[in-house]
Amino acid sequence: MTNQQREPWQEMGLTLAEYQRIKDLLGREPNYLETGMFAVMWSEHCSYKHSKTTLRLFPTAGPVVIQGPGENAGVIDIGDGQAIVFKIESHNHPSAIEPFQGAATGVGGIVRDVFAMGARPIALLNSLRFGNLREGRVKYLMGGVVAGISFYGNCLGIPTVGGEVFFDESYGDNPLVNAMCVGIINKDQLAKGAAAGVGNTVMVVGTRTGRDGIHGATFASEELGEQSEDRRPAVQVGDPFMEKLLLEACLELIHQGLIVGMQDLGAAGLTSASCEMASRAGTGIELDVALVPRRETGMTAYEVMLSESQERMLLVPKPGSEQQVRDVLRKWDLEAAAIGKVTGDGIMRILDGGLVMAEVPAKALTDQAPVYHPVAEEPSYIRQAWAFDMASVPVPEDLNQALLQLMASPTIASKEWVYRQYDYKVQVNTVVTPGSDAAVLRLKGTNKGLAVTTDCNGRYCYLDPYTGGAIAVAEAARNLAVSGAKPLAVTDCLNFGNPEKPGIFWQFRQAVMGMSAACRVLATPVVSGNVSFYNETNGEPVFPTPVVGMVGLLPDISKRCTMGFKQAGDVVALLGETKAEIGGSEFLYALHGITAGKPPQLDLEREKAVQSCCLEAIHQGLVKSAHDLSEGGLAVALAECAVAGQVGAEIIVETQLAAHLFLFSESQSRIILSVDSAAVKSLAELAAKHQVPCQVMGVVGGERLVIKAQKAKVLVDLSLQEIEDKWRGAIPCLMA
Amino acid sequence: MKFGVVVFPGSNCDADVKHVIGEVMGQPVDFIWHQTTSLQGYDCIVLPGGFSYGDYLRTGAIARFSPVMQAVERFANRGGLLLGICNGFQILLEAGLLPGAMQPNHSLQFRCMETFLKIENNQTPFTGAFAPGQVIKIPIAHGAGNYYADPATLAALEDGRQIVFRYCDQNGAVTPAANPNGSLGNIAGIINREGNVLGMMPHPERCAEEILGGVDGRLIFSSILKAWSAGSRCACGNSCGCRGERSGQS
Repeated sequence: MTNQQREPWQEMGLTLAEYQRIKDLLGREPNYLETGMFAVMWSEHCSYKHSKTTLRLFPTAGPVVIQGPGENAGVIDIGDGQAIVFKIESHNHPSAIEPFQGAATGVGGIVRDVFAMGARPIALLNSLRFGNLREGRVKYLMGGVVAGISFYGNCLGIPTVGGEVFFDESYGDNPLVNAMCVGIINKDQLAKGAAAGVGNTVMVVGTRTGRDGIHGATFASEELGEQSEDRRPAVQVGDPFMEKLLLEACLELIHQGLIVGMQDLGAAGLTSASCEMASRAGTGIELDVALVPRRETGMTAYEVMLSESQERMLLVPKPGSEQQVRDVLRKWDLEAAAIGKVTGDGIMRILDGGLVMAEVPAKALTDQAPVYHPVAEEPSYIRQAWAFDMASVPVPEDLNQALLQLMASPTIASKEWVYRQYDYKVQVNTVVTPGSDAAVLRLKGTNKGLAVTTDCNGRYCYLDPYTGGAIAVAEAARNLAVSGAKPLAVTDCLNFGNPEKPGIFWQFRQAVMGMSAACRVLATPVVSGNVSFYNETNGEPVFPTPVVGMVGLLPDISKRCTMGFKQAGDVVALLGETKAEIGGSEFLYALHGITAGKPPQLDLEREKAVQSCCLEAIHQGLVKSAHDLSEGGLAVALAECAVAGQVGAEIIVETQLAAHLFLFSESQSRIILSVDSAAVKSLAELAAKHQVPCQVMGVVGGERLVIKAQKAKVLVDLSLQEIEDKWRGAIPCLMA
Repeated sequence: MKFGVVVFPGSNCDADVKHVIGEVMGQPVDFIWHQTTSLQGYDCIVLPGGFSYGDYLRTGAIARFSPVMQAVERFANRGGLLLGICNGFQILLEAGLLPGAMQPNHSLQFRCMETFLKIENNQTPFTGAFAPGQVIKIPIAHGAGNYYADPATLAALEDGRQIVFRYCDQNGAVTPAANPNGSLGNIAGIINREGNVLGMMPHPERCAEEILGGVDGRLIFSSILKAWSAGSRCACGNSCGCRGERSGQS
């Protein structure tokens, strides 16, 4: 076979039809630089060309929404003149190739999105997916990713307060690294990423531009394969110190009212920041790459425009305030370069030393990017997986061992190995620390608290993306509710395979539909998000993983609730109903290596009732502890409550189900509460009012977790120490 | 009593320390920009935690050359109370205001966790509010807290009762298992011979309010206030908390 000469546009990832579309839009052949600009802006990563129409299914409006999707980050109103700015974003491909820098720059990018809106970042969360932790490569990836997040987030002084880590073989070569940032702002200081005001100066500030990360956005929009290692130069290198200076300087600029618009330079660098800012304002930008400070000599206009060097911002100062802007930046030892101006013709005009190098309508790069309506088709594995005969699953002989095995399963085991590397206390707001259902931050100067969480079970989504997507939203909301917070709004990070495959696109659409349904019922609109497609290695996709980041508000932080049992003598009660639902469960996976069946079903009205009941009980002061039931079911949740509270419990189970089904079923819409014995009656009345089943199960006390069936048959009897050792020791042991 | 919290580029616990001194302790407190050259009017200076200058090269290695550090040194030499927390401690070591050096944690990883400290010396302006041998709970968050000093320096520290805090277990036993970073002799904080410059790796400002799960750290700040109110009557006239024993020095 001979090597065919490939056209530049092919090398840059454009299709023939897309290249033709560019020619039609311009009325001529694009030159090399213009082709590069179109290639990055029309990449999946920047243009959302395969996801755009589906994303319109999300509910995005609501009484608290100030800014929905389309800006650098979403914004919601929390009262008292304050707003919360938040977004989640993926950095999967870079992290698969270079885990440390990939994860570090993922944090850097999402933080810039938040402070570009003028908000001070107050929390970071990470939703991570890795393969089998017994494999060397997976250990390397997890070690590198966690160290990279630690390196970058800690230096910035933003606490990493929560998130999740989930393990399955499907993520082996393609880990998922999703970073979420939450910021706070006075509503009247919100900034926008728009280049308004014809004649205004355009400035670039921060790191000097180098050759790193060229075509990173394109790389993020293709599958991983044998040649992916060669893409290592497309991974950027992070400098958190520079980012910290940039953060402080940009917030000072906004507080002094010196800025018209600001945007971070992320994927597709100067190209995307400038044309998105122009496009939002309906203006154009003329900029001269010769004025862009560089750290390397001999860079071409193409390299400057496509570089993804980190820690850079594009600013449009208010007319006449350029000098004040420079003064603020100089205070922070930063360099500001005026590189161009806002124009009225809607054209992105790129000069190099005064010579015109590219002339493209800004909207052609953004709004006029192609939109695809891919074919969706249910993949054949779905029906096969559903047909799996659950009766063929062996009944565990020793339920003690089964529970211990689950506690040591990396997805359930303590993540202390991870979060002890993150500074989760800086800013002195972290009231409920990592390892809880949700992290809770106080809002200084108020009695309010903010609860934040991320959730998704990719295994459920693989088996039934609609239900799995809905469960991701429901569980996130439940995690906030058990903390005492009212769920407010969602940011999502949709991690899928190649959308050009009908089966993958079907997963995507089903998941978005399921999430949308849950967001509607639970009144949590989607205000920001990110889509990451092409998470495949050599044609093998990851589990569909639509990660939900959710923010909730505690009107009175003194009413917060945690999962740990508090006091001997308290009564344990279960809200919700347990069914024989072990399809897609951690029990099937960790004990039997099986991923099959239907995931647990979700009744959204029931879910809403359970959450409302729990919240009302917490607000009435009835509840000593509350914990959501998820992977591993009732037995694991009870063990977690006991270990967190360092006190045991004796539980008596009344059920028609087989013991192992009752203990390990992952039925949704369930919460374990512990209450003072005097409050049991009030709780029962509240549950009846909300029409939620409420079953008194036992009593807190002792140093063992004892679970008995009717007729006093002992199902589980373990010392807390034994449970804790397995749970706490599992990941350190695997990573050693 | 007036406090100053130095802000280096990359400091990130500056606002936390200011919050605790100002809002929790109710004392006057200012940020001091790293280019400041005079510390006149301040009674206690805090070098806060963070990653000054990114901690590039070595923790605290660049910050020590910051313009403010000359003023900090003069302030300390005059007997002013100087507290370095975490990165602030690392800077004090690099500046030679405290002896010894900091190495990366023996785990080679960052550690954010609760630790227990034994108060080894409560006869300092920073620890006077603690009981002798008291065990306190206080969080750490650092990548380089593995304190080292050569044998002669260590002996001098021991002799001078300059080791103020050691990591211990819940019951006060100073054990290798209770050492989160490999530091020599479980050292978590030391004071200079003159008794007015303290460096500590744990973060007292992170445990000064009930809502954050502990208030032991508040005693560091109340110790300082206690020492100052005693020292404000000091013959040395420097509000230094020296109780007069340095009144002959300048």
